[in-house]
Amino acid sequence: MSRETQINSLIMVGFILVPLWAWMTDEPFIITLTTKAAILALAGIGLNIALGLGGLVSLGHAAFFGIGGYAMGILASHAQSYDPILETPFLIEGTKSMIVIWLVAMITSGLAALAIGALSLRTSGVYFIMITLAFGQMFFFFSISWPAYGGEDGLSIYVRNNFPGLNTLDPIQFYIIVFVIMALALFLTARLAKSPFGLALNAARQSATRVETIGLSTYGLRLLAFTLSGMITGLAGALFADLNRFVSPTMFSWQTSGEIIVFIILGGTARLFGPVVGAALFILLEHILGGLSDFWHIYLGLLLLLIVLFARGGIIGILAGREVAHD
Amino acid sequence: MIRKLVAAVALSAIGTISLADGHGGVKVGMITTLSGGGAGLGIDVRDGFMLAIAQSGNENIEVIIEDDQRKPDVAVQLADKLIQSEKVDVLTGIIWSNLAMAVVPGAVAQDKFYLSPNAGPSALAGRGCHPNYFNVAWQNDNLHEAAGAYANTAGYSNSFILAPNYPAGQDALTGYKRLYEGELAGELFTELGQTDYASEIAQIRASGADSVFFFLPGGMGISFLKQYADSGVDIPVVGPAFSFDQGILQAVGDAAVGVVNTSQWNKDLDNPANVAFVESFQAEYGRLPSLYASQGFDTANLLLSAMETADINDQDAFRAALQAANFQSTRGDFAFGPNNHPIQNIYVREVIKEGDIYTNKIIGTALESHGDAYAAECSF
Amino acid sequence: MSLILLAEQVLNGLQLGVMLFLMAAGLTLVFGVMGLINLAHGSLFMVGAFAAAAVAGATGSFLLALAAALAAAAAAGALVELLIIRRLYDRDHLDQVLATFALILIFSEGTRWVFGSFPLYLSIPEYLSGPITLPGGIQYPLYRLTLIAVGLLIAVGLFLLISRTRLGIQIRAGENDREMIAALGVDISKLYTIVFALGAALAGLAGALVGAIQSVQVGMGEPVLILAFVVIVIGGIGSIKGALIGSILVGLTDTLAGVLLPLLFSQFMSTSAAASTGSALASMLIYILMAVVLIMKPTGLFGARA
Repeated sequence: MSRETQINSLIMVGFILVPLWAWMTDEPFIITLTTKAAILALAGIGLNIALGLGGLVSLGHAAFFGIGGYAMGILASHAQSYDPILETPFLIEGTKSMIVIWLVAMITSGLAALAIGALSLRTSGVYFIMITLAFGQMFFFFSISWPAYGGEDGLSIYVRNNFPGLNTLDPIQFYIIVFVIMALALFLTARLAKSPFGLALNAARQSATRVETIGLSTYGLRLLAFTLSGMITGLAGALFADLNRFVSPTMFSWQTSGEIIVFIILGGTARLFGPVVGAALFILLEHILGGLSDFWHIYLGLLLLLIVLFARGGIIGILAGREVAHD
Repeated sequence: MIRKLVAAVALSAIGTISLADGHGGVKVGMITTLSGGGAGLGIDVRDGFMLAIAQSGNENIEVIIEDDQRKPDVAVQLADKLIQSEKVDVLTGIIWSNLAMAVVPGAVAQDKFYLSPNAGPSALAGRGCHPNYFNVAWQNDNLHEAAGAYANTAGYSNSFILAPNYPAGQDALTGYKRLYEGELAGELFTELGQTDYASEIAQIRASGADSVFFFLPGGMGISFLKQYADSGVDIPVVGPAFSFDQGILQAVGDAAVGVVNTSQWNKDLDNPANVAFVESFQAEYGRLPSLYASQGFDTANLLLSAMETADINDQDAFRAALQAANFQSTRGDFAFGPNNHPIQNIYVREVIKEGDIYTNKIIGTALESHGDAYAAECSF
Repeated sequence: MSLILLAEQVLNGLQLGVMLFLMAAGLTLVFGVMGLINLAHGSLFMVGAFAAAAVAGATGSFLLALAAALAAAAAAGALVELLIIRRLYDRDHLDQVLATFALILIFSEGTRWVFGSFPLYLSIPEYLSGPITLPGGIQYPLYRLTLIAVGLLIAVGLFLLISRTRLGIQIRAGENDREMIAALGVDISKLYTIVFALGAALAGLAGALVGAIQSVQVGMGEPVLILAFVVIVIGGIGSIKGALIGSILVGLTDTLAGVLLPLLFSQFMSTSAAASTGSALASMLIYILMAVVLIMKPTGLFGARA
C-alpha cells in the first residue's frame, strides 16, 4: 500500500468512527457536521473530475450545486402542497422520494453542464475561469429575481424526503445515505481515472496536441468530463438541500464556487481524496475558529494563505509526499 | 393537521428532546449576524437583548450566541446545533427574512419557541403561522403600510415607488400600495445590492411624481439618499425606518436631514421603559440605541415576563404567558394579535441633527394599534 | 421615453463605465504583465474608500482624502505584492485564485476590525455638489460629470504612460516576454511591484471617488470586482484599450438595459410584472453579453492570448 492509500483508508475510517462515536455519546450535531463535510466533499469530488483530471478550472460549479438544490426544493415543495408542477400537456407531480429527486437533480444539472460546457470549452485558461463564473452569476441573479420559488427568501421543506426503509430525519440514518453515496463517488472516480477515458483526459490536460494527433477529440473528452462533473456536484446540491431542508440562491453564489475550489486545493489538487480532506478540514476550522472570535475569517484567510504558499499539494501532499497519483 | 403530523414526525425522529431540566431555567439560542456586511444589525439586537437580561438579574436564563454570517445554510446548521446539542428551549435573533424562512418552520415543528426580534415574512404571518412563533418586531409590511397611510394624510396623490427585486422588496411595494390611495407615477425594481441609482433618479425626475417611496435597506439606502440629495431633485421622500436607523444615519449625513420615515419606535418616545432603556444602553455601550437594539431589548423582556408566570416545561402555560405580552415595552402599548404578531402604533419620524449626531424625532402617528393584513389567514 | 431622459441615462452609463475602467485597468495590467488573477483587487477598492472616509472625517478635505486613498491603496498593494503575491507568479491560476480569495477574507474582516461594523461617512465636497444644466436642458449632477472627466483623463494618462515612458516600454515588453526583459537587465521584481501598486492605486482612487456617492462599507469591493472581471474578459485580458472599450460597453449595457427592458416588457404585461421581469433580465444581461463575446471571440475583443 502506498503512503497515499494508507492515508485515504485512515480518512474513510475517520468518516465512520467519528459519527459512530457521536451517535453513541448522543452528540447529533457532530453527525450533522460530518454529514455536511461529506456532502461538500461530494461536490468537490464532482468538481475534481473537471479540475483535477481535466485541468478545467471552473469558477461556476455553484450553478450545478444550486440546480441540484432547486431540483430537490421544487419537487418537494410541490409534493408538500399537493400542487402539480405541470398539468398540461401532461401531468408532472412533485415527489418526496429521494431517489427520484437524485435522478432529476443529476439529469438537470448534467444537461446544464452539457450546455454550459459546450459553450465555455471554446475558450481556455483564464477565459474559461471567467466564462464559467459568468454562467454561475446568471443563475444566481435569475434565482434571486424569479418569484415563483421564493426568490431570495429561498424555499423551506418541513421534513426531509423519504428513502425506503430509513428514517431520514434521524441524523445517523441520513448520514449513512450520504456516506454511501460519497464512497460510491470516490470508487467511480478512482475507476474513471484509470479507465481509457480518464487516461485520455489526463493526457489532454498535459498535452492537447498529442491527444489530437492520435485521433481523439479533446473537446469531446473535456465536455464529457465537465458534464459528469456537473452531475455529481448537482447530486451533492440535492443532498445539501435535504440536509438543511432548505434551498436558497446562496447555493448559486460565486463564493460557493470559490469554496468548492478551496476544498480541493486545501486537500490536494488531483488527489482522489483531496476534496474529502479539504471539506472536512474546512468544516472543522469553521466550527473551531467561529467559536473563538467574531473576526474568525481573518484566521481562516491566513491559514488558507499559508497552505497555498508553503504547503503545495495541500494536506495530502504534506502527509504523503510529493508523488502525485494522476500526474 | 399537516403541521401536527410534521411535528410528531420530527419529535420521534430527533428522539432526545430535553424535557425535564427540573429547575425551570430557560436556555436561549441566539442566531444572529455578527460578521460580514450586515453585522451592525445583529450586534444591535444582541446588545439590546443582553442588556435586558443583565438588568433583570435573572440567573435562570442562559443565552448561547451564534453568528450566522447572513448565510441561510449556516443559520439552519446553527439551529440544528442549538436544538440537538445544546438542547435550547427558545430560539431568537435572526435579522433577515430569508434566514428566518429557513430556520423558523423547522424549529417550531420541533416544539421550540421562536421569538423574532426583527424579520417578519408574510409567509409566517398568514397560512404558515405557528403558535410557538412570536414576532416581537413587526410583520414585514407594517412600516410600508404606515408610509402609505402617511402619504394620504400628507396629501400625496402621485407617488413614485421603488424597492429591490426580491421578496421583501416586492412585499414593501405591496404594503405601501395597500393603504395608499393616490396614483402611481412609476414603479421600479432595482437590483439587490445595487450601489448606483443614477438611472432610477433620472426616471424619478422625469416622472412628474409628487412623492417618492423607497425601501432600500442598509448600504443601498445610503447610496440612494446621497445620490438623490446630490441630483437636485426635490420631490419629498418617504421610507420605512430601515434606511434611517441610528447605525447608518451617520453615514448618510446631511442628505437625510428632513426626510420622513415610519417606525414603531424612536428614542424620544416618552414612556418610562424607553427613557430608562435609552439611558442605560448609552451608558453600557457608548452609542445611541437603534430600532434593532430596542427590538432585541423588548424580545428579552417578553421572554423574562413569561418566565415569571410560567414554567418553560409546561409549553401551553408558557405560550399563554408569552401571548399575554405582560412586559413594559419600549414602544409603550404592545399586544399580540391572533397570529402572534404585534398590534402597535406606528409613528412618523423626521431626521434631524442634534449637535453633531444625526437622529430622528417623532412628528406624528401614522397608524394606531395596527395589526397586519395576514392575521385573518392564520388559524392555529 | 423622452430624449432628455435617454441622454441622461447614456451619461450615467458612461460614468459607470469610466469608474469600472479604473478598476479594470489595474486588473488587466497585472494580468498582462505578471499573468496573475487577482480576486483581491476589490479589497483595494475598499481600502481606498475607507482611507478616504477616515481622512475626510479627520481633516474635512476631499482632496486630502483622495490623496490618502491613492497612498493607502498603493501602499497596501505594494505590501501585499512584496509579502504574498510575488510568490504566486509562477504558480498556476488555481493557486492564485485561492490565495487571493484568502486575501479577500483577511482584508474584509480586518477592515471591519479596525473601522467597526457600521458604514462610514464620506461625502461630495461643497464645490462639486448639486446639479448643473447641460445644453438641451439636461439637469445632471456636477460630481458625476467630474467622475467622467477624471476617468477619461486617467485613461489618457495611462495610454501615454504605456506608449511614451520608459516604464511603459518595460510593461509592454513584460507582456510580450517576461524572461527576456529580465535577461536584458531590467529589475523585473521592482517592475512587478510598481505595476501592482499602480493598479492598486487606481482601484483605491475609484473606491474613494465612488465612495462619496455610495455607502462606504465592508464588502463594497466584491460586486465591482465581478463587474471588472466581466469588463476585462470582454475587452481581452491584458489590453488597456480592451479594458476601456469593455468598461464603456458594460456600463452602457447595464444602465440602459435596466431602463429600457422594463419599458419594453410593459408593452405586453402589467407594470408590476414588467418591472420585475425586466429588471431580472437586465441584471443577467451583462453576463449574457460576456458569454456571447467569448463564444464569438474566445480571447475577448482585443485579447491576444489565452
